[in-house]
Amino acid sequence: MTTSLSQQLVNLLAAALLLIAFAMLSQRRVLSLIRLFAWQGMALGASTAIVAYSTAQHHLYYSAALTVALKVVLLPWILHRLIDKLYVRWDVETLINIPTTMLVGIGLAIFAFALATPISEMASTVTHSTLGIALASVLLSFLMMIVRRKAVPQVIGFLSMENGLFFAATSATYGMPLVVELGVALDVLVGTFIFGIFFFHIREQFDSLEIRHMEKLKED
Amino acid sequence: MIDAAGIAFQIVQSVLAVLIGPLYVGWVNQCRAWLQNRSGPGLLQPYYMLARLFHKEPVIAEHASPLFRATPYVLFGCMWLAGGIVPALATDLPFAPAADIIALVGVFALARVFLSLAALDIGTSFGGLGARREMMVGFLAEPAMLMTLFTAAFISNSTALTTIVETLAHREFAIYPSLAFAAVAFLMVLLAENARVPVDNPATHLELTMIHEAMILEYSGRHLALIEWASAIKLFAYTAIGIALFAPWGIAEGSNWSALPVALVALAAKLVLAGAGLAALETVSAKFRLFRAPEFLSTAFLLAVLGMLIHFLGRG
Repeated sequence: MTTSLSQQLVNLLAAALLLIAFAMLSQRRVLSLIRLFAWQGMALGASTAIVAYSTAQHHLYYSAALTVALKVVLLPWILHRLIDKLYVRWDVETLINIPTTMLVGIGLAIFAFALATPISEMASTVTHSTLGIALASVLLSFLMMIVRRKAVPQVIGFLSMENGLFFAATSATYGMPLVVELGVALDVLVGTFIFGIFFFHIREQFDSLEIRHMEKLKED
Repeated sequence: MIDAAGIAFQIVQSVLAVLIGPLYVGWVNQCRAWLQNRSGPGLLQPYYMLARLFHKEPVIAEHASPLFRATPYVLFGCMWLAGGIVPALATDLPFAPAADIIALVGVFALARVFLSLAALDIGTSFGGLGARREMMVGFLAEPAMLMTLFTAAFISNSTALTTIVETLAHREFAIYPSLAFAAVAFLMVLLAENARVPVDNPATHLELTMIHEAMILEYSGRHLALIEWASAIKLFAYTAIGIALFAPWGIAEGSNWSALPVALVALAAKLVLAGAGLAALETVSAKFRLFRAPEFLSTAFLLAVLGMLIHFLGRG
């Protein structure tokens, strides 16, 4: 089995992406969560740039630059400002039993890998073996959105799910057309703003950012 | 297959494993002392300790069963076997086929079971406490250890440690994400299994936090010396496994005498580096609460499983 250096690097970055997804799942602090999210964006941008270099697809350079600008600089900055204004900077969330969550995560990863193997055999791209990892990180972000109780970690889970989808697109088909990617990037940005506004409304209404308060539709 | 050189290598390695263990522990302690701005006890301190303990009379509780007396010898034997068959110096060891990686984990488990039974045997509260904690750490560390070893076994298509070392030492240069994951997982297991800082403190005598020390509180004299010696050999054996899996360069292969000096120098250099790294790691990290240990070890298990999965994915 001889693989080119770029493919090895992409595999390494894919592994890092999956590791960061697991680290986010086990992270208790909001600040570290945002830092991990920025690192995930960094790994994503780097792997996109390597794919662009090895396949000479020029539009991928733009989407790599867009990824870095949006997910490493802009979104973490917005999230930092948000948690500063909401006074949840040092928020520590008590999670349900981290080892159990991790085991569920391993199960999800195995499921995703099994699911992706027949698909990635059909794909002819150099990055086809990373499709399973992309799918696994999407599922792990889902899991994170399910097990988290506070609003900010849920939004970070949502954003990291978008990272996974973007990685899946790059690994399966060398990325979507640039117009679509620009649209998605704009959607994510606007989505984050809207979430921010929602946070303030939620807190005004319930005096807390815990989502379970929203389960009740009526005031008693 | 078995020739003079192989037997000589086996003898050298077995003797070395026993003799070098305390020196390695002394080096780790010395490094730790330096990092903490103390002058340190000196490299030979563990040998003085052992000599002093061997001269003392062992005191044994009135109701101790023969198991209690036998355990130090079983422990020492298990660790000596492990230290002898891990290819630290050469891969052409006549004893190595006696145990592959799964049996090796079994040898460590045997030692653990005996130590825990001996701790329960005396019937003091600390013995029972230590035994239970040791079992909790052990049953979480063992799967992680096995998964780590399996990752290396899948890469080289064999569960014999010598074959794994030969394959890994000759591979073409490539980035193996799976091995990187396995290495981190193995390091975490090493810390937990050898009662090092994030999980247990080897220097503690504070009742509430100790695991390993609680089990051997009732031992004295030559029995205690054997147990201390066995844990030194255990640390050496674990480090040797780590070296064999993740840095197998310089280990003598086949039966040629000329490779022995190189292998000795390489082993010494790697042990010096590993000991310094271990001391640095122990200095910068604080001991966990006991109930964080499952979290720590489940992370190790997770990393090991991820390593294995990524190996399969990269191959497909």
